[in-house]
Amino acid sequence: MHPAPSVILFTTLSGLGFGLLAWLGIGLPSPTGWVAFVFFVIAYALAVGGLLASTFHLGHPERAIKAFTQWRSSWLSREAWAAVAALLFMGLYAIGAVFFGQTWSVLGWLGAALSLLTVFTTSMIYTQLKTIPRWHSPLTPAMFLSLSIGGGALLAGQITAALILLTLAAAILAATWVVGDQALSRSGTTLATATGLGERGTVRAFEPPHTGTNYLLREFVHVVGRRHSLKLRVIAMVLGFALPIALLVLAPFAHWLAAIAVLSHIAGVAASRWLFFAEAEHVVGLYYGKR
Amino acid sequence: MTQLPEKTDRKLGLVIDLDTCVGCHACVISCKGWNTENYGAPLGDTDPYGADPVGAFLNRVHSYEVQPEQGAAQLVHFPKSCLHCEDAPCVTVCPTGASYKRTEDGIVLVNESDCIGCGLCAWACPYGAREMDPVEKVMKKCTLCVDRIYNENLPEEDRQPACVRTCPSGARHFGDLGDPESDVSILVAERGGIDLMPEQGTKPVNKYLPPRPKDEAPEFDVLGPYLAPVAQEGTGFVAWLDKTLSKI
Repeated sequence: MHPAPSVILFTTLSGLGFGLLAWLGIGLPSPTGWVAFVFFVIAYALAVGGLLASTFHLGHPERAIKAFTQWRSSWLSREAWAAVAALLFMGLYAIGAVFFGQTWSVLGWLGAALSLLTVFTTSMIYTQLKTIPRWHSPLTPAMFLSLSIGGGALLAGQITAALILLTLAAAILAATWVVGDQALSRSGTTLATATGLGERGTVRAFEPPHTGTNYLLREFVHVVGRRHSLKLRVIAMVLGFALPIALLVLAPFAHWLAAIAVLSHIAGVAASRWLFFAEAEHVVGLYYGKR
Repeated sequence: MTQLPEKTDRKLGLVIDLDTCVGCHACVISCKGWNTENYGAPLGDTDPYGADPVGAFLNRVHSYEVQPEQGAAQLVHFPKSCLHCEDAPCVTVCPTGASYKRTEDGIVLVNESDCIGCGLCAWACPYGAREMDPVEKVMKKCTLCVDRIYNENLPEEDRQPACVRTCPSGARHFGDLGDPESDVSILVAERGGIDLMPEQGTKPVNKYLPPRPKDEAPEFDVLGPYLAPVAQEGTGFVAWLDKTLSKI
């Protein structure tokens, strides 16, 4: 799949933002006044910034409002609803914390649940696609959710929780790689089933339908990003998890080190998200004798 | 509405005969022509006369080599367009309701004024049947020439998809695959028509007729024994050259 920067940015940042909102919603931490203001600004900047970035890959962003209509069948539509509901509930909760020094915990818990629901709906947009066997796995929502909660814990200053959850997220991410590498071959879809000619002999793509490139090849058969897969996996693990965890263990209460840990984590998750797209093989590539 | 209809009154679709397709790409060109001048946004191209031309097409012809365990390889030309699946994954993923499957005839269409160009339907299609228009930024797909098949301003013989009408080898057939008595259904039954990627669970309406088995060339001609065998060993200069070169 083509790793569009807008979608990588969106899923990375908004995942983190909604993760932080979830922690704030359940009152861990439970700041008021200016401290609460700073926390919520960071969370909203990440969550909303990510959502805005995602509209850049639309052909007609001016019609985006129509995406709210098909929640009965479409995960993308459900995501739109969940995101708006989460931001609304957490917005009210934030007003209470910032301006009135109150923690309206029912609102907070509801907002936290909706925040995680938003991350889940995002992950289901990818998980539902049978055409991309690497994503069509329960590991995909597990990976999105664990990264969101783990990264959120890091931002929320929940050190013990962050240590446990980031380790868990790293393990799930590694599992998506190991399982994902076999997903296409295990899916049973091959050039033989794609053409229906498999029973007659070995099928080989002889001549493509066009001499140049096209939308399908650009969007679905992105091979450049896969070349440095192993290096990027190591970078994602070191920046996303090893360095932040080491910093948390060595100096748990230094603010500037925590900032480095957060930035490093974001860079690592973005690298892993690049791979999430670049390494995903769409079955349409088989028609071109590619993957 | 992106929920799929429980059942459609008819199942209009194509039957493509891989035995007779000669790979001339005439269907590709007539499709591009008709769908650039008629229904919806024209099929766009970028840099059409330059070094890197790219354009949206609704129908493309691949060619495959099939090598059986024994015997000669066979070349199969393979036209591919939207299969108007009964369980169309491209429809249900659409967030805006732009993608839909018609209850009356099962045609899968895109309402272009509702399309936000997110591309998710193309991601969900295993067949590569949908392409984003590079100019209009909306999703384009085969309409089964919905603006021809019901068009009473056209002579009756033209009321079929442009690709079917133009095919010079009769490799494309159009009809109601939901009616077991229709010509196309009978053709599919007789020739053992197949689904593409059945394991994807899309239940495609379009069917493909597999190539017929090739005639086997007899190993010996009846006159064979009377013919002089082809020389395996040269004589004279050729024999000397062969021997000398072999030694080097």
